[in-house]
Amino acid sequence: MEFLQPADWAEALAVKAAHPDALPIAGGTDVMVDLNFDRARPGALLDLTRVTDLTDWGTDGDWLRVGAGVTYRRLIDELAGRVPGLALASRTVGSPQIRNRGTVGGNLGSASPAGDAHPALLAAGALVELASVRGTRRVPVTEYFTGPKRSVRTPDELIAAFLVPARPGAEQFAKVGTRNAMVIAVCSFALSLDAATRTVGTGIGSAGPTPLRATEAEAFLAAELPWETRGAVPESVAARFGELVGSAARPIDDVRGSADYRRHALAVLARRALAWAWTDPGGAV
Amino acid sequence: MRVTCVVNGETREADDVWPGESLLFVLRERLGLPGAKNACEQGECGSCTVYLDGQPVCACLVAAGQAQGRTVTTVEGLAPGSGEEQLDRVQRAFLATGAVQCGFCTPGLIVAVHDLLARDPAPSDPDIREALAGNLCRCTGYEKIMEAVRLAATS
Ligand SMILES: Cc1cc2nc3c(=O)[nH]c(=O)nc-3n(C[C@H](O)[C@H](O)[C@H](O)COP(=O)(O)OP(=O)(O)OC[C@H]3O[C@@H](n4cnc5c(N)ncnc54)[C@H](O)[C@@H]3O)c2cc1C
Ligand code: FES
Ligand code: FES
Repeated sequence: MEFLQPADWAEALAVKAAHPDALPIAGGTDVMVDLNFDRARPGALLDLTRVTDLTDWGTDGDWLRVGAGVTYRRLIDELAGRVPGLALASRTVGSPQIRNRGTVGGNLGSASPAGDAHPALLAAGALVELASVRGTRRVPVTEYFTGPKRSVRTPDELIAAFLVPARPGAEQFAKVGTRNAMVIAVCSFALSLDAATRTVGTGIGSAGPTPLRATEAEAFLAAELPWETRGAVPESVAARFGELVGSAARPIDDVRGSADYRRHALAVLARRALAWAWTDPGGAV
Repeated sequence: MRVTCVVNGETREADDVWPGESLLFVLRERLGLPGAKNACEQGECGSCTVYLDGQPVCACLVAAGQAQGRTVTTVEGLAPGSGEEQLDRVQRAFLATGAVQCGFCTPGLIVAVHDLLARDPAPSDPDIREALAGNLCRCTGYEKIMEAVRLAATS
């Protein structure tokens, strides 16, 4: 096995083009588990931790652009006000040790249906920036996932960054697991309410072959919310929203939970997230 | 390959490192530092916790080459010398409260608590539990560990 350690972004892209089978490694919290348990034996590791471009964030027009190598720890410490939903999701990832190393780029790279960043990115309407020596493209995160652990990323591409609207809506994230720390989600849900555009964003995790949006639920809620008066959300609206979120999921029965339980739990999470986001916009609206 | 990094204040070199091996393996098997323990090799138990550039991480999840040129502090590096009075206050508190039974989880916990108290000198109980969520102990039931952290915070 080779260990490739590019010093900057241009070199990283050149190395990836020359070694398309090299396995990128950022925080290593997914990659090293596979190596330690002999589940992966790549010809080369491509270490991205020297590439400082990947650990930057800043605004880019109407977008906030966050490098793929920014850790969960830094998202929580530095960006909680700008990516509130993603920061909430980040707090639920693993343990402090995992959050000190793990990155959103790595979560997107693994593309697990259970990745906790994904619902928050879906709800926020994020873009994933992919780059290769051929050029750079920005893919809506709704089009990024193609199956369990699969994405539109080609073998010569690296994930450069993700982008979310610079002015976030009222965002929430909720996750069901067997304990409070260190759990893979049984299911998870993220919500974004944008009062300025009167739009609703959703993201469902761990309840389908890929992370999913609940598009029908979004359209329903956007039409029914009392945006003008900001009065209480009618119970019937919250209940219907929950139902629509539950029915948008495509869950399976597995060791973590049954499909029926997941649909039910998602409906509950959706109603809760709505109540939180509507009553406590967190200064974001 | 060769990996050079600063471990517990000294520049150390490890040779013939296989690129897929972990920093934990390098510390234990190549540099003779068995403090950080190997229990799960999957980031779940925290017994391999060390500081990497000042942040607690699971050494089992850091590829050896990623530590090249970096600074590592293990539990062995927290006490200025041997002998009980030279131990770090966190180590002394663990001994005083009986927070050590088989001791397998202890080195990782000591590093995690050392970091917690550096960031928050007077943590609440929920904050302590949150900070130690990545460290498993199969012996103590955690109550003595909570006591140790409270004692260390006030000593
Ligand atoms: C104990 C433990 C608990 C965990 N808990 C959670 C949890 O609660 N929620 C959750 O979502 N995840 C969890 N994980 C999984 C993991 O921490 C996350 O998926 C994390 O986001 C991975 O990031 P990383 O930087 O460590 O990725 P790495 O392991 O370095 O890489 C992961 C994948 O992404 C690829 N990759 C990384 N960066 C790039 C890039 N820039 N371009 C292209 N490909 C790239 C790698 O090749 C690899 O395929 C946990 C893992 C452990 C060990
Ligand atoms: S051995 Fe590293 S976390 Fe268990
Ligand atoms: S003392 Fe035995 S695992 Fe903690």
